[in-house]
Amino acid sequence: MLKTIYLREKRDTLENMYVAHNRALVQLAEKNEKIVSVYGDFPSGEVGEVFQEKYPDRLIDVGIAEGHLITSAAGLADAGWIPFTHCHDIFALGRGYNQIRQNLAYDNRNAKVVLCNSGVVWPAIGPSHQTIEDIAALRAIPNLLILSPSDAISTEKATFAAADYVGPVILRLPFTGAAFPILYANDFEFEIGKAVCIHEGSDVAILATGILVNSALQVAEELEKEGIQVRVLDIQTIKPLDEEAILSAAKETDAIVTVEDGNIYGGLGGAVSELTSENYPVLVKRVGVKDQFGDSGTIEEIKECLGLTPPMIKQAVYEVMERKGTKKKRKGRK
Amino acid sequence: MTDRKELIAGLQAKANRLRRDSLLVMKEMGIGWLGGCFSSADFITALFFYRMKHDPKNPRWEDRDRLIISKGHSCELFYAALAEAGYIPKEELCTYSHPGTRLQTHVDCRSPGIDCSGGSLGLGLSFAVGTAMGAYILSDCRNLTTFPRYQQARFRAYCVLGDGECNEGQVWEAAANASHYKLDNLTAIVDHNKFQSTAAVKVKMDPLSLAEKFKAFGWETREIDGNDMAEIVEILDWALTVTGKPQAIISHTIKGKGFPSLENTNCHYVKITDELLKKGLEALGE
Repeated sequence: MLKTIYLREKRDTLENMYVAHNRALVQLAEKNEKIVSVYGDFPSGEVGEVFQEKYPDRLIDVGIAEGHLITSAAGLADAGWIPFTHCHDIFALGRGYNQIRQNLAYDNRNAKVVLCNSGVVWPAIGPSHQTIEDIAALRAIPNLLILSPSDAISTEKATFAAADYVGPVILRLPFTGAAFPILYANDFEFEIGKAVCIHEGSDVAILATGILVNSALQVAEELEKEGIQVRVLDIQTIKPLDEEAILSAAKETDAIVTVEDGNIYGGLGGAVSELTSENYPVLVKRVGVKDQFGDSGTIEEIKECLGLTPPMIKQAVYEVMERKGTKKKRKGRK
Repeated sequence: MTDRKELIAGLQAKANRLRRDSLLVMKEMGIGWLGGCFSSADFITALFFYRMKHDPKNPRWEDRDRLIISKGHSCELFYAALAEAGYIPKEELCTYSHPGTRLQTHVDCRSPGIDCSGGSLGLGLSFAVGTAMGAYILSDCRNLTTFPRYQQARFRAYCVLGDGECNEGQVWEAAANASHYKLDNLTAIVDHNKFQSTAAVKVKMDPLSLAEKFKAFGWETREIDGNDMAEIVEILDWALTVTGKPQAIISHTIKGKGFPSLENTNCHYVKITDELLKKGLEALGE
């Protein structure tokens, strides 16, 4: 069952997703005495102030040592705590890959890794810090649950879901220094493993994740005026993928566009292509980083130079629509 | 004093029994990490059968002391120790390295009594730091983050490291973090057998003085003969008396200790032929 009921009527409020996550952590800490928040010399924001005053032992900073951050979180979990680690995505992944694989996934530890500043859309920092490969790398590791919320509300709910789930969880959050449009109403319910249909349509489906879901929605609304009915799925759980929703979209639209802020190789685009090609082959056009490193610039400049803007998504929709039409005509002639 | 002598003699005999059992475990795969198992046998025996607080009938007991075998390849002897203690049935040892076994070819959490899977070197000390921190954390007040502490640690963590393993950078991230948090419930034991996978440690990357290194990282450090049971027992007792600092025991050992023809050679990963097995069992008094 696809759900459209949760979308906010107006999406003109912006909220920082990292702040929303921190707020959720404080609420969690109050309810659950096992929650521990661990940082790798990363700003703890609101959560830090509240935690340090109320629960001084439950906020730990291990310094600039991301490999140690992940492995020590496994140790904390072994001692009965539920740790949430926080550091930049690129370093949790790059310096902590082996640790995520070995200490969290293989040993099935109840620890949560929050990938902060994930994806390529991180302004004023440069390619050394912009992650393009986190989805591709992490989804190849068994046992991991990978959550990728798209706004502050889904972030808050995903944080709660991560704490309730027993096992290792990756929580992917975008640039911590900016606010992003709120898509969902306050009563939104985050369901692990479920995509959320936020726009109905059967001409084409856009499958997006993270902060670009808003752009996908914007494109769907614009195309509606042109008479094109776009289904938009917010892929909030990268793993396990909502195969049912994605295959229904494939069958009912026959044309898919995927949208993500990382490399299309092995990313969401890769995952959707794998699934459809095995079960219901349809055209899949992947919007995302085309196997290149990022660039410096503002959020808008980065999106522009890497081809992640609404016009680029729209162009991809036109392309799959056209090719689908040609394919149908060809079939008709037979 | 006699009690003490009996204790030492008993532990020594047990260590040799575990060496012998580990050879039989190795035989299942036809090849084994003999050198590292034999060099570490004495202090692993002393930890497991003398110093540590644990209960084989309740492997997930929350307040058990933790033993992290960071040099996770030295697994055959540890599996023998688990069987000896009663964590797993002795018959299970012959499933070692066969498909579907709980006894994988590096220490593995699938087996009861193992807290952290090994295989990837340099990780275990970080795990031990995390769990040692966890033993001090109090939900609603300051204990880990203050000194002197308001409450005792719920348990201790022991971590066995290889000397070659200390090449890995993360060992030193963990070492720095342990002293920063004054984790006096954490003891690292370096099996300083002077050889790593492919050559002598001095040849590969000279560790210089591991004792001075740990000391510089803020650890209370001692060097011992790691194949002398009396010294081991004494130093493990000493570790309990240290407050405010993690303890590093640089345990000078002999690679292959107990297997006369292999002692002090780089017998890291040895083919276990029938002949070698026979020689080993004979040397160990069987």
